Amino acid sequence: MNYKFDFGPVIEGLPELLWGCAGTLGLALSGMVLALIIGIGGVLLRDSRLAPLRWLVIAFVEAIRNTPFLGQIYFVFFALPMVGIRLDPTLTAIIALGVNGGAYAIEIIRGGVQSINKGQVEAGLALGLSRTLIFRLIVLKPALRAIFPSLTSQFIMLTLTTSIASAISAYELTSVGQAIETNTFRSFEVYGVVTLLYLAMSWMLMQMFARINARFLLYPVK
Amino acid sequence: MDKNQFLFLLSGLKWTLALSAIGFALGSVAGLGVALARTSGRRWLERGAAAYIALFQGTPLLMQLFVVYYGLALAGLKLDPWVSVSIGFTLHAGAFLGEIWRGSIEAVPRGQVEAAKALSLGYLDRMKDVVLPQAIRISLPATIGFLVQLIKGTSLAAIIGFTELMRAGTIVSNQNFKPLLVLGLVCALYFALCWPLSLYGAWLERRLVTAAR
Repeated sequence: MNYKFDFGPVIEGLPELLWGCAGTLGLALSGMVLALIIGIGGVLLRDSRLAPLRWLVIAFVEAIRNTPFLGQIYFVFFALPMVGIRLDPTLTAIIALGVNGGAYAIEIIRGGVQSINKGQVEAGLALGLSRTLIFRLIVLKPALRAIFPSLTSQFIMLTLTTSIASAISAYELTSVGQAIETNTFRSFEVYGVVTLLYLAMSWMLMQMFARINARFLLYPVK
Repeated sequence: MDKNQFLFLLSGLKWTLALSAIGFALGSVAGLGVALARTSGRRWLERGAAAYIALFQGTPLLMQLFVVYYGLALAGLKLDPWVSVSIGFTLHAGAFLGEIWRGSIEAVPRGQVEAAKALSLGYLDRMKDVVLPQAIRISLPATIGFLVQLIKGTSLAAIIGFTELMRAGTIVSNQNFKPLLVLGLVCALYFALCWPLSLYGAWLERRLVTAAR
């Protein structure tokens, strides 16, 4: 192997790469918020009294979960202009990420809601707890506790998925890396460093979620 | 869309199937090795396997494909794109299947391992005849879930320039300027591959839960 590694261009491009990281985190966080909204809304519709609404949600979840994200993001990218909506690639990517994450969130949140035993609510009523207290302590918190691990690992997957948004040249880390690579041809060095930056970001998010879990959701251990 | 364009999509579908099959088959071999290393009880083997899993689960598949693709070229290996893409998917699948199977091996009740030891079965016999048959049963729903992920993931080979189903779709839509029709068809083909697998996985999972009751 007579290749000389040259990390010069990568080091020079580091400020841009860090801005790319910010772009990735921005995409990921906005995607997560949208996914949560779609997830909660979807769960409400999924158990609605109107059968067609339920079918619609099931069809949505199955369609999203069984097709590649690359196809979905292209679809949104080409479909929005046809209905007269012109958005820049980054906003388009957020919509695609939110819709994709939302389908997974529906299934996860639904599992959490179903894990609440009706008897627990009745026990709360028998103890004379107010409606808000029952919702907070008996419904919301245990449900959050049940879904937190799967929901947050889904969110980390969503963060890694943002790299596919480079295919429609949204502003995020992968597309910044690609721009540097095109100008310098140091492909391995650039993508190696970009990969490590992703690793750092997903590790950071994991730590953050673990702290939230320990602070707000775990039972106090004595 | 004319007949030739449709046939072109189907030839892309063939490559998607081939890539998924290779990635899953070789990834299973790698994954079994990773799972056994991860549960070996030897500290360095376990740490090495854990680091490998963390690296591949903490980075985007697209970056893994890029790094393997350019890394192999740097190492002086002049490989066909489809060989380096297959290596990329194999490494990716090895990490995910390794983690799934580690969990299943650990989920086999401890008494089973102890009983096998009491019968003086060696490590190989114990794994082959006692632990793995039970672990495979437990792991099936998650394994099939990952296979669906892998099939969808092969679409990223399109970004590298490998002509599988997704890239065949973008090529055709650049010719006939009907992106929504072509993409819809491409996604429908992926759906036709993945949905039956998802349903089968969900059915297996329900059966497993009922059996555990």
